[in-house]
Amino acid sequence: MWLCNSSIGRKVVMSVTGLALVLFLTFHACMNVVALFSAEAYNQICELLGSNWYALAATAGLGALVVIHILYAFILTIQNRNARGSNRYDKTDKPEKVEWASQNMLALGVIIVLGLALHLFNFWYNMMFAEIVGASNPIGPTEGFEWIKETFANPVFVVLYVIWLCALWFHLTHGIWSGMQTLGWSGHIWFNRWKCISQIWATIVVAMFLIVALAFALCPDCLGGADGKVVPFEMAM
Amino acid sequence: MAEKVLKQFTVKYWKQNGPKDTNAHFEEKVMKDIPGDTSFLEMLDILNEQLIEEGKEPFVFDHDCREGICGMCSLYINGTPHGKTERGATTCQLYMRKFNEGDVITIEPWRSAGFPVIKDCMVDRTAFDKIIQAGGYTTVRTGAPQDANAILIPKADADEAMDCASCIGCGACVAACKNGSAMLFVSSKVSQLALLPQGRVEAARRAKAMVAKMDELGFGNCTNTRACEAVCPKCETIANIARLNREFIKAKLAD
Ligand code: HEM
Ligand code: SF4
Ligand code: FES
Repeated sequence: MWLCNSSIGRKVVMSVTGLALVLFLTFHACMNVVALFSAEAYNQICELLGSNWYALAATAGLGALVVIHILYAFILTIQNRNARGSNRYDKTDKPEKVEWASQNMLALGVIIVLGLALHLFNFWYNMMFAEIVGASNPIGPTEGFEWIKETFANPVFVVLYVIWLCALWFHLTHGIWSGMQTLGWSGHIWFNRWKCISQIWATIVVAMFLIVALAFALCPDCLGGADGKVVPFEMAM
Repeated sequence: MAEKVLKQFTVKYWKQNGPKDTNAHFEEKVMKDIPGDTSFLEMLDILNEQLIEEGKEPFVFDHDCREGICGMCSLYINGTPHGKTERGATTCQLYMRKFNEGDVITIEPWRSAGFPVIKDCMVDRTAFDKIIQAGGYTTVRTGAPQDANAILIPKADADEAMDCASCIGCGACVAACKNGSAMLFVSSKVSQLALLPQGRVEAARRAKAMVAKMDELGFGNCTNTRACEAVCPKCETIANIARLNREFIKAKLAD
């Protein structure tokens, strides 16, 4: 199968899984922003994406994407190490146009996985998983708003999330245009366009996550309407 | 204007006996009174003359045309393939006036598993020939020469194909790549034909065959770091790599 036994095929797998994850992240970020405005609306979304069949199917699909992306990341890296060989240059002068992120995608990816593990522990384990096994917590499995409050009340988590988001930003600024280049949708003109789009897209997605985390860390009581009513952000403050 | 003369500088060059030499090492030689208009390879010729006079083994490096068209010269100079002092130039087109008094000039071979060292800084680039043999040609029987206007080719396409064809197969792209990937070379060689109607006929077969050979010979997977295009003496760009990806994916999907 060319997707596993040709170099371009392997890159296509990397690209398609990566870009699908970018779309998911974008959706997830938009969903989170709702929590700034309305606790009620956010919890409604959490209920909708509870442990019903379509949410479970989507989660399984998402898990598969992550597993394939990571697996291929390691396969590609090992093959590339071998292709490069063991002789190191005594002196190397990196050209300016080589982006730092492009040389460190695996390391950035590892930080992202660690962040993902923390994230699953903070939210998925307490919400979807708790609902599946019927665990009883003081905060219910669909009360997403309260779970965000609870998590970001702990400054250690806030710092870890910020580090995680920085790694994600770097990964995406290279990943998005690289993914399009791999699929062949690039050239003299589109290369610059995709690079610009990558920067903007990565910045917007990461900023949306960051704003929610920081807002909940700094002033949890100004958000989502004091008693769970639908109150716009500014009015609540 | 008085010609610049470098009174003194040091050349630090790599000595290695074959691909498996465990005793490979740098040697140093102080060079004196070298005129700025000496080419880099002429400077190495002078160095070798002196080594021979001293009864030492000369330093081995590749070269042929010495005018930037054959792709034989291949030195990794001060951390950059073909040296960083001149963009769009090969090692043989480098001149000593670009260096400074007292410099230490480090010379290394292309270091990549695909290019085993033969001796010192001469590496074996047979792999590139094998990739070309796998499909870098047209098998169409062209017969007698065609009239120039028999096949119409837009000027922009002809220019782009010519730019791709200017790749001289030196291997600097592989030498600069942290993944030991040969994609810039292969994509240039696939593009130069895929862009023209005569080459289009076999474009799908060619892309598949050349990529398969490249993979078989152990070159790495491109991760779009762009180190290759930054050092290419012929200014090939990763737009070629995007084109190769496109050709290859289309060919595989059509199978
Ligand atoms: C939210 C999670 C992630 C997203 C959205 C994402 C997205 C992407 C995208 C779009 C690419 C570009 C694909 C290409 O160049 O063809 C990419 C490449 C890469 N990713 Fe991820 N990724 C994620 C997580 C990870 C993780 C967890 C790892 C590893 C542990 C990882 C390792 C890599 C590596 C090594 C590359 C470079 C491969 C290459 O360019 O060939 N990524 N990622
Ligand atoms: S693409 Fe450039 S660096 Fe690579 S072999 Fe051709 S001329 Fe040399
Ligand atoms: S010797 Fe021919 S290109 Fe340098």
